[in-house]
Amino acid sequence: MTNLSMTVKKNIPYIAISVLILALLAAVPFFSKPYTVVLLKNILMFAALTLSWALFSGPTGYISLATAAFYGVGIYTAAYLGKVLPLPVMVLCGGLASFLLALIIGAITLRLRGIYFAIFTLSSVELIKQVLHWFEITVLGTRGRPVVKISNTTVYYVVLLIVVLLMVTTYFLKRSRYGLAMSSIGSCEDAAAHIGINVTWVKVLTFALSSFFIGLTGATTATGLIYIDSHIAFDLNYSFFPTLMAIFGGIGNVFGPVIGAAVFSYLREILITRFPYAYMIIFGAVMILTILYLPNGIIGLVQTIKDKVLGGKDATASSRKVN
Amino acid sequence: MQLLQVEKLTKHFGGLTAVSGVDLEVERGEILGLIGPNGAGKTTLFNLISGTFAPNAGKIIFNGESIGGLKPNYICRKGLVRTFQTVKIFPEMTVFQNVLMGSLFGSEGKSWPEATGQAREILDFTGLSHLSDVPAGSLTLVNQKRVEVARALATRPQMLLLDELMAGLNPAEVAEAMELVTRIRERGITIIMIEHVMKAIMNICKRIIVLHHGKKIIEGTPEEISTNKTVIEIYLGEEEQAHAGS
Repeated sequence: MTNLSMTVKKNIPYIAISVLILALLAAVPFFSKPYTVVLLKNILMFAALTLSWALFSGPTGYISLATAAFYGVGIYTAAYLGKVLPLPVMVLCGGLASFLLALIIGAITLRLRGIYFAIFTLSSVELIKQVLHWFEITVLGTRGRPVVKISNTTVYYVVLLIVVLLMVTTYFLKRSRYGLAMSSIGSCEDAAAHIGINVTWVKVLTFALSSFFIGLTGATTATGLIYIDSHIAFDLNYSFFPTLMAIFGGIGNVFGPVIGAAVFSYLREILITRFPYAYMIIFGAVMILTILYLPNGIIGLVQTIKDKVLGGKDATASSRKVN
Repeated sequence: MQLLQVEKLTKHFGGLTAVSGVDLEVERGEILGLIGPNGAGKTTLFNLISGTFAPNAGKIIFNGESIGGLKPNYICRKGLVRTFQTVKIFPEMTVFQNVLMGSLFGSEGKSWPEATGQAREILDFTGLSHLSDVPAGSLTLVNQKRVEVARALATRPQMLLLDELMAGLNPAEVAEAMELVTRIRERGITIIMIEHVMKAIMNICKRIIVLHHGKKIIEGTPEEISTNKTVIEIYLGEEEQAHAGS
């Protein structure tokens, strides 16, 4: 208990800044142009995907490239159920469908380690996409379907809520017994298993939890797409972007993925509009420079500067802190 | 009373039989030594007992319960824990956090205060208290090994398997490690230790088992083992080959 109140006290500046930013974001639709709302909605969507990705891959060190699969399941849920269910129920269904799919994919793949896990999860996106495509063409005789349109402002608020939920979940999970088990798996899985941690269960459950949030996000943002088919819903970019954004922002801290997603998607937006032909080149160069010079992302850079300014008072404790 | 009974335990890796029909029994409260040349199957035997691998054949009975083929986390919670030949600690965590992990997860339903209290007690017992806030990865080998033992003890085991605790330690450190092993036994914990440091094993163990090519060759007191012709041949043979080779 004293531990908890101490943590709260120590983090009062962060909490205050977070609440302020949240209040500003909540007020945006009242005074800004529709374009700003759409731009912020996209940034928040990527923040949600990146936070979800980091929830599992951050502490465990298993690089999942299945984000697009769970995102797509959310999108399809919206396409199928959007007309018959109210928005909150439909979004929740998207989350649950992704959760269940992740339990299955997780149970099969999480015995694989390193690059094998990454490749298998990537393949699972392609597999689901192609099976769905085949099913629609041969069984249903159609391709794709329309999605119910919901106002951008509503979607904006739902995505904002998902991001807040994710940040709170990540924060408390990290400080819990369960979070310790997660990071011990990333640190030394064999040792974790031999001191009584059910590593399979922890991995599969965290994977499914992370996918639940990805499904929520997919079902919510699908309402802005109007029409979808399997190639739109299961776009591999949605596997790569969250991973890159997390690396860009830094995964050791709950703010890293959010900052990564914000800077990354804003940068992408600007580059696409200003330099439509050179944008991928500039973008690639920025990513390479980040990986070479900021291995711990933007958050890592901030931490290093903070440690230097504080004169190493808190340096070892903060830089060595368990994720 | 028998704490551990192993019957006809066998493990193949492809065409290689790493452990072949090994029988052994361990009394509650004893320290059993396990020796044999490199590749004799000692670590594989530990891997089978602790659940790292499932055996191909044979039985493992711990505390009257069959544990052969169970996952390591279940075996740990039944009170059987091991350390590794190559140290496996959580390098980014502090020494205290490493040990806390053992006490948090080694047995069910432990509260935070209970777990932290127990971790502190174990740190005291293993002489690591002064290092508790240091990241475990930055310690020397001997201290990393100590952390691993402390983390294992924090799970509240009845039996501890030590895989080459003394390897790579200098004579003074070996003496300290021997003293630690004896004190662990005094806590009522039964120990099986794999060791190449003969001085240590001959002094601490009342009974020794020799493995060679995956089979149990002989079992006996340190005196019987050190004067046994087969054992001498196995070890001397290996040494002669080593000399001839170099």
